[in-house]
Amino acid sequence: MFKSLRSQLTTIWTILQHSFTPAETVQYPEEQPYLAPRYRGRIVLTRDPDGDERCVACNLCAAACPPDCIALQQGVREDGRWYPEFFRINFSRCIMCGMCEEACPTNAIQLTPDFEMCEYERQSMVYEKEHLLISGTGKYHDYNFYRVSGLAIDGKDKGQGQNEAQPIDVKSLLP
Amino acid sequence: MSELGTIGFGLFIILAAVGGAATLTWFERRLLGIWQDRYGPNRLGPFGVGQVASDMIKLLTKHDWVPPFSDRVVFVFAPTAIVVAMMLGFAVVPFGPDLYVIDLNIGLLFFLGMTSLAVYSVLLAALASNNKYALLGGLRSAAQMVSYEVFMGLSLMGVVMLTGSFSMRAIVEAQTDLWNFIPQFLGLFTFLIAGIAESHRLPFDLPEAEHELTAGFHTEYSGMKFAMFMLGEYLGLILISCMIVALFFGGWLGPWLPPIVWFCLKTFIVICFFILLRAAIPRPRYDQLMTLGWKYMLPLTLFNLLVTGAVALTLKGG
Repeated sequence: MFKSLRSQLTTIWTILQHSFTPAETVQYPEEQPYLAPRYRGRIVLTRDPDGDERCVACNLCAAACPPDCIALQQGVREDGRWYPEFFRINFSRCIMCGMCEEACPTNAIQLTPDFEMCEYERQSMVYEKEHLLISGTGKYHDYNFYRVSGLAIDGKDKGQGQNEAQPIDVKSLLP
Repeated sequence: MSELGTIGFGLFIILAAVGGAATLTWFERRLLGIWQDRYGPNRLGPFGVGQVASDMIKLLTKHDWVPPFSDRVVFVFAPTAIVVAMMLGFAVVPFGPDLYVIDLNIGLLFFLGMTSLAVYSVLLAALASNNKYALLGGLRSAAQMVSYEVFMGLSLMGVVMLTGSFSMRAIVEAQTDLWNFIPQFLGLFTFLIAGIAESHRLPFDLPEAEHELTAGFHTEYSGMKFAMFMLGEYLGLILISCMIVALFFGGWLGPWLPPIVWFCLKTFIVICFFILLRAAIPRPRYDQLMTLGWKYMLPLTLFNLLVTGAVALTLKGG
């Protein structure tokens, strides 16, 4: 009885001392919170250093996406490069988990520190490729998928990529 | 005061009490915010005081819905009962030597009777809602209010003994030399706890207990009817604070300042203390509430009564 009474009085005193501690609140619209560089916010599609879009439309992001908010269609250009014919993210479903960024083999899809994307109409939350594509390289400045990959495109045959060995003829017995 | 003056003052008190209760909804949130290291509503108007007006507009324009499965007449009537009872309670509060609506020679009993009537509001609302959460809230409130009613009255009898009168004015005037909270600190302690339970505010808000019973007895209420319950609760808070000031802290007595200012100042501090209790103390379990009431508070009150009686007799007879 006395023990609990003492505990209650201690509680009241502790709370009373909080009259003199400043509030923790960040007054949001006037006062912007600090967002870390790796904050997971609005999703963008980046370009490689040459200015070409990085996305190769492999669909791994769409497969990894838990709420299934990414939709895209693969196309092949005349020079052999793959690209998305359309790339659509429904941000009203997106949970900003970053699984697409982890899944992406070409560092194309990236999350940015921006969350202010409210809209009055639901349809406006659906972003098409032209809304998603940015002109820069995002977090990885030097990476270009077609330079390092073994895929043959116009002007670059198999085995000519950076750090890539010549292909081995598996049907030959020679070393 | 003349007849007309009394009526005018009564109307003024009602308006002031309702206005005070409305402002208190904002003030309480700001104060809780300060004690919980945040700001509370601070956007609308200076210090966010416009929140009161916007809340009022919201509640007034809400759909006034009566559930089809409820007992319609009682459902509509119930919220008014608590407001009327609490407002009547203000009639006997002595705000100053000449500032009161009526100086009944049973003023204290009248106050106790009016706060007891408030339980009907909660009970009827719970029964009329025809909802199991509301019913559970009503059950709790019935048990809580009945058991805390017992020592609420008894805790004030010490004050009555020292004064020898039930009249609120006489009680305040008897405190000229010594405020009652020194000889009657046990009475103050028990009355404080009973007062919180009576106005079913946190930490004794078991009838509502939103974490367990959605909203307890006012689960089915919305709009202005819900606002009436809130108004009743805040009126109850102000009334209990006024009573504590008048009974234990010398009412309007105090140096330099005019009596009404002293009364309001003291009431304000007591209200702040009630809000502090809300910020600090968690809600007890239902059986803990009953144990506290019957096993600790009631014996404590009886002990206080016995000692006060003995001392009063000795002083008088000696």
